[in-house]
Amino acid sequence: MSKQIMKSNSDRVFDIVNYSFLTIILIIVLYPLIFIISASFSHPSAVMSGRVWLFPVDFNLMGYKAVFRHKQVLTGYSNSLYYTIVGTTIQLAVTIMAAYPLSRKDKIFGKGVVMFFFTFTMLFGGGMIPNFLLVRALGLYNTRWALLIPGALGVWNMIITKTFFQSNIPDELYDAASIDGSGEIRTLFSIVLPLSGTIIAVNSLFYAVGKWNAYFNALLYLRDAKLFPLQIFLRNILVINQVDSSMIEDVRDIAERQGLTELLKYSLIIVASLPVMLAYPFVQKYFVKGVMVGSIKG
Amino acid sequence: MNKALGSKETAKSSQEVVEMKTKKNQRSAFAKSFIKGWPLYLLLIVPILHTIIFEYIPMGGLVLAFKEYDPVDGFKSGRWLGFSNFIVFFKSYNFVRIVRNTILINLYELIAGFPIPIILAISINEVRSKSFKKSVQLITYAPHFISTVILVSIVMQVLSIHTGIVNNVIKALGHTPINFMGDAKYFRHIFVWSGIWKNMGYSSIIYIAALTAIDPELYEAAKIDGASKLKRIFYIDIPGILPTAIVLLILQFGKMMKLGFEKVYLLQNDVNISASEVISTYSYKIGLVRGDFSFATAIGFFNSVINLVLIVVVNRIARKVGETSLW
Repeated sequence: MSKQIMKSNSDRVFDIVNYSFLTIILIIVLYPLIFIISASFSHPSAVMSGRVWLFPVDFNLMGYKAVFRHKQVLTGYSNSLYYTIVGTTIQLAVTIMAAYPLSRKDKIFGKGVVMFFFTFTMLFGGGMIPNFLLVRALGLYNTRWALLIPGALGVWNMIITKTFFQSNIPDELYDAASIDGSGEIRTLFSIVLPLSGTIIAVNSLFYAVGKWNAYFNALLYLRDAKLFPLQIFLRNILVINQVDSSMIEDVRDIAERQGLTELLKYSLIIVASLPVMLAYPFVQKYFVKGVMVGSIKG
Repeated sequence: MNKALGSKETAKSSQEVVEMKTKKNQRSAFAKSFIKGWPLYLLLIVPILHTIIFEYIPMGGLVLAFKEYDPVDGFKSGRWLGFSNFIVFFKSYNFVRIVRNTILINLYELIAGFPIPIILAISINEVRSKSFKKSVQLITYAPHFISTVILVSIVMQVLSIHTGIVNNVIKALGHTPINFMGDAKYFRHIFVWSGIWKNMGYSSIIYIAALTAIDPELYEAAKIDGASKLKRIFYIDIPGILPTAIVLLILQFGKMMKLGFEKVYLLQNDVNISASEVISTYSYKIGLVRGDFSFATAIGFFNSVINLVLIVVVNRIARKVGETSLW
């Protein structure tokens, strides 16, 4: 009797410790985000003097006004949208082109060899310089294609897509389609793809977030500022600290100018992560599904 | 076949015949499958060509590491250098420092970053309140989707010596503010812990999945035997997710030498360079900033080979010790 009470006591202690641990984790994750949001809506002088702790101080939109006055930010925004939409479409198409044939039973001769051919690239690669020289030799350097074509096939995405097709489209369906005289391509479009909404969503989201957030290829392959995606401008403003003076031209006072520069950074962080963060709560389950499908194959 | 059993020679030739037959069979098997399913092959051509061009040709490009590069003529002279690029790199003053930095950052990340998602997953798994569980998951997964550029700028804003919230706290407690970004000794901590902040939630998903796959009867039996929650974690949960953990550990090792050019490069500045210069950033600077493509390729090649060796070795160890492996 007393033993049982002791045990439930130890479990209760465990629960208390567990809930406090998770609460601390929540605070650690959330606090920097809340702080940045609040700072972005505060007055520059409040940000400079460190008076912002949790809520906006002297609420105002000066930072946001400065962000939207910036032409480069708008250029970057529209470029990034373009790269994300077109790039994701290309990646999705190439992924399905590889995953669909490889998912079919006894259809592709030497399937093991083809799979090895793809997966080996996950383990070994030419690296930065040979890739750069290739892109230059192909005439893609400093064109939009340089961000769209290299890396169009994500091998991990291809594997999860193949696994999904294999486990969700029964062989009987293929047999029935072929008896009805449907060719392989028509089967893909009229049977397989309509049944694969989940995996298409998963892949699109992974690819789209990847494209929206990417900056390395742009750093490597682009020289012309008109082509730059948002992340490159963000790096220039946020990390290297190159603030275009036109953004804060109407401020004469040096202290205020410095304050606005800081404030602008907070607002810019919010504006740049907005598309991803707004979509995130609604699409979170697809990312979780992607990881789950991926874990089947290990 | 029966006649051939007589002498060794005829046995050999019959073997050859069999080999030829299997080759022929293979060829006709391919032809058959191609005639039946040619649209599938047609689809497959695009990703195969793409992989040849953008993956295998650059691999071939690694020979540039052994060739002379001239800033004006490029690789036109075609003169072979042998291993001299590698020798120069191994002997250079930078070599030890760069390799040391690369290994230290990655080992630190591995040791600190590997157990935390597991602890988080077990902890989330023990939560009974569904809404609390859901909000913890939603919030901890979120930073994963922030771009590296934004992550680095958040780090810089939060740690800034003038306006950063961390230094505001330090000042409020009456201490002198610390210049986190301006001191090499903080670099590794900043790099690793910002990465953990970004990825711990997302990395825990796979362990949560593994935990839900554990047979609930095990818990029932343990409960009847009077095992406490802590005991159930140690004797059921941890063994249950061990195979997943080993596979992920292998994957992490495989990524060890290539991980994080973007983030290292962004966090790097003139002051912390002694701790933050790693193989990939060095190769970038030699190649694309200084223009010595040959030397830079050699550095990248060295990196890729170490990478490949690491993942093969770790996979073999895992297969022997834990009976799980990637292949």
